[in-house]
Amino acid sequence: MRHRSSRWVKVLACTAALAATAATTAACGSSDDSGKTADGKIELTLATFNEFGYEDLISEYEAAHSDVKIVHRKTGKSDAHHQNLYTKLAAGSGLSDVEAVEEGHLSKVLARSGQFNDLKEIGPSGLDTNRWVKWKVDSATDKNGHLIGYGTDIGPLAMCYRKDLLEAANLPTDPAAVKDMFSSWDKYFAAGERFTTAGTGKAWFDSGAQIFNAMVNQEEQGYYDKDDKLVVTSNPVIKEDWNQVTSAISKGLSAKLPFGQPEWTTGAKNSAFATKTCPSWMLGVITESAGPENKGKWEVIDAFPEGGGNWGGSFLTVPKQSKHPKEAAELAAWLTAPEQQVKAFSTAGTFPSQVEALSSPELQAMTNEYFNGVKAGELFAKQAQAFDKAQYKGPASGQLQDEVFANALQAVEQGKSSDEGWTQAVENAEKVAK
Amino acid sequence: MTSDTTRIASGRGLEPRPPVRDLPPTTGDDGGDPSRSWRYRLSRLDVKFSPYLFIAPFFLIFALAGLFPLLYTAYTSLYEWTLGANDDAEFIGLGNYVELFSDAQFWNALLNTFSIFLLSTVPQVIVAVLLAALLNTALRGRVAWRMGVLLPYVASLVALAIIFSNLFGEQYGLINTLLQAIGVDPVQWQADRFSSHVAIATMVNWRWTGYNALIVLAAMQAIPREVHEAALVDGAGVMRRFFSITLPMLRPTIIFVVVTSTIGGLQIFTEPKLFDPNSGGGGGSDGQYQTVVLYMYQQGFLNQDVGYGSAIAWVLFLIIIVIAGINFLITRRIAGTGEAK
Repeated sequence: MRHRSSRWVKVLACTAALAATAATTAACGSSDDSGKTADGKIELTLATFNEFGYEDLISEYEAAHSDVKIVHRKTGKSDAHHQNLYTKLAAGSGLSDVEAVEEGHLSKVLARSGQFNDLKEIGPSGLDTNRWVKWKVDSATDKNGHLIGYGTDIGPLAMCYRKDLLEAANLPTDPAAVKDMFSSWDKYFAAGERFTTAGTGKAWFDSGAQIFNAMVNQEEQGYYDKDDKLVVTSNPVIKEDWNQVTSAISKGLSAKLPFGQPEWTTGAKNSAFATKTCPSWMLGVITESAGPENKGKWEVIDAFPEGGGNWGGSFLTVPKQSKHPKEAAELAAWLTAPEQQVKAFSTAGTFPSQVEALSSPELQAMTNEYFNGVKAGELFAKQAQAFDKAQYKGPASGQLQDEVFANALQAVEQGKSSDEGWTQAVENAEKVAK
Repeated sequence: MTSDTTRIASGRGLEPRPPVRDLPPTTGDDGGDPSRSWRYRLSRLDVKFSPYLFIAPFFLIFALAGLFPLLYTAYTSLYEWTLGANDDAEFIGLGNYVELFSDAQFWNALLNTFSIFLLSTVPQVIVAVLLAALLNTALRGRVAWRMGVLLPYVASLVALAIIFSNLFGEQYGLINTLLQAIGVDPVQWQADRFSSHVAIATMVNWRWTGYNALIVLAAMQAIPREVHEAALVDGAGVMRRFFSITLPMLRPTIIFVVVTSTIGGLQIFTEPKLFDPNSGGGGGSDGQYQTVVLYMYQQGFLNQDVGYGSAIAWVLFLIIIVIAGINFLITRRIAGTGEAK
């Protein structure tokens, strides 16, 4: 059936192309068919989203490889990029030679790992996967041990907090005491209770989903077992984390502001919450959202309950559709080498996932004005190495996190009881994972 | 064969007809001059088939971009089909439909759709007609007013949705801030089902009322002045003329507006999609405002369950036909007793 469906799609695509203008016909010329340009160069396409900081690197690579021409397809938004990826995977054609994949979409891509090249097999022979932090490599390795993506950047987690709000609630603010407060979830929630009972009228964290996701991702086993069976109900830690977070919500610890929405931004400006789970890129988001009037009030500290975690970052994959998989893998390997990722970090601020890049002087020297001149590069490099396990993710892990459980927790924040919310989450999880 | 005058006189108006050429009489010497007969036949073919050729591009493109997807969706809906999955799709007959009719989330979505549809279409059409009547009076700066009502339609839908989401924000939204200023409890625009429908319907109405008003206005201006003048002479007041002349004579236009609003209203997607803070297809934390199209999107494109998504699409298609038909009949009745046919 799959074959038949993909043929239908091709027929449709061809007819559409016939009906289209001369521009399309030109684009379907020789270069696409053989993957070569008119002057005999190998044409490699590279598809990324947002900013990867690769523009200068691409010219550098072309200068060093006179037989390669690189076409860079940039998509503004991550969602559109990945929708395109899934559609063309299903259609069986049209993908770039190198496709970027974001961490949140990785589980879906791994579920289709058969349609991607094993980079261990086709990648440059001398490449040592130890150049990345271990969990980054593990998370892009499928069940059969195939590596389907080279790590680009990461989002190691630290904690951000409002020093002035902690002070106002008579909580300790010296770094050692704060670190202790953020050393485990129990202590974190206990501090949150003390904070809210102090009566400042502010909440402890922005929304329950933000805390719950970090907790679940730290567990040995998440929403799936290694046979891709949904274990939401049989894995006891999920329910334990749920109970902890929903109880915190019922005690008023949550500002009930879903991340990424206008309300969240306004909340950050109005100092609605005192702490935030903080991947490296969050510093920029807080700077933008909280605005100049809150400059110097936010702090970031190299601590995270139960160790650490990661939120964000991407991979470069080589789909099997590529006509030049070896050359594509070589390009991807070069782009994700420590030297290049340090340059990308300087241009686009993407935090590198390579061990060597983490200790590079450029990164170590990075400071952040808004957060009282904290040595952010050094701090997040430390957090990146603070944990070493990558949890196994099943096919719908990303959706379970961002839609099912995030929605259910929001429903609890909107007034559902913890049990009702749990029932909703389990029902929808089974539906999504079916 | 060349005289059409009788037809025009007797028919229901001018029907589109092929161009008429000066052709030799049909009776007589066909076989006489071979070349002449050949040209004659070509001419005949021209007259007979050219019109079809001219309209063919539309139907070809429609078949490609409209009919084929429609039928292919029906075909897809008979399969358990996950987009891009490693395993093959499986034929399950009407399985998706059976599942759909016992799917609580579908009924929830259907109910939401109807609720939002009623909250938007009914006030929209009524206000549009009244607005058109106002615009049809001797206003100062008429063109500016008429342009003005179309402005919301010109503005980008995404921008509108973002602005309205801000207005209807639960904690920091302008509307709740105003409500609190006058001592009213803030409304849970996201959490509460009915409130969320009101918020979304407001978005729809804001955008479409002016557009519909202009269509109605155009029809209003086509009403012959003589009819109004005659009524005036007979002593009919403004209200009487509005209900006895304007409304009945607007009937075809109102039917058009109602039917297009029905189709648009039942397919509502962008507004609830952008109103959702989690930006998935869930339509609120517990599907408070998940519409049928949003549910289809969630199943087909987020869960990649293309077969189930297609089944939802087909059921919605049938529902729209039925509702549009009912609306057509109701509007015909309501819009009064104008000249029949």
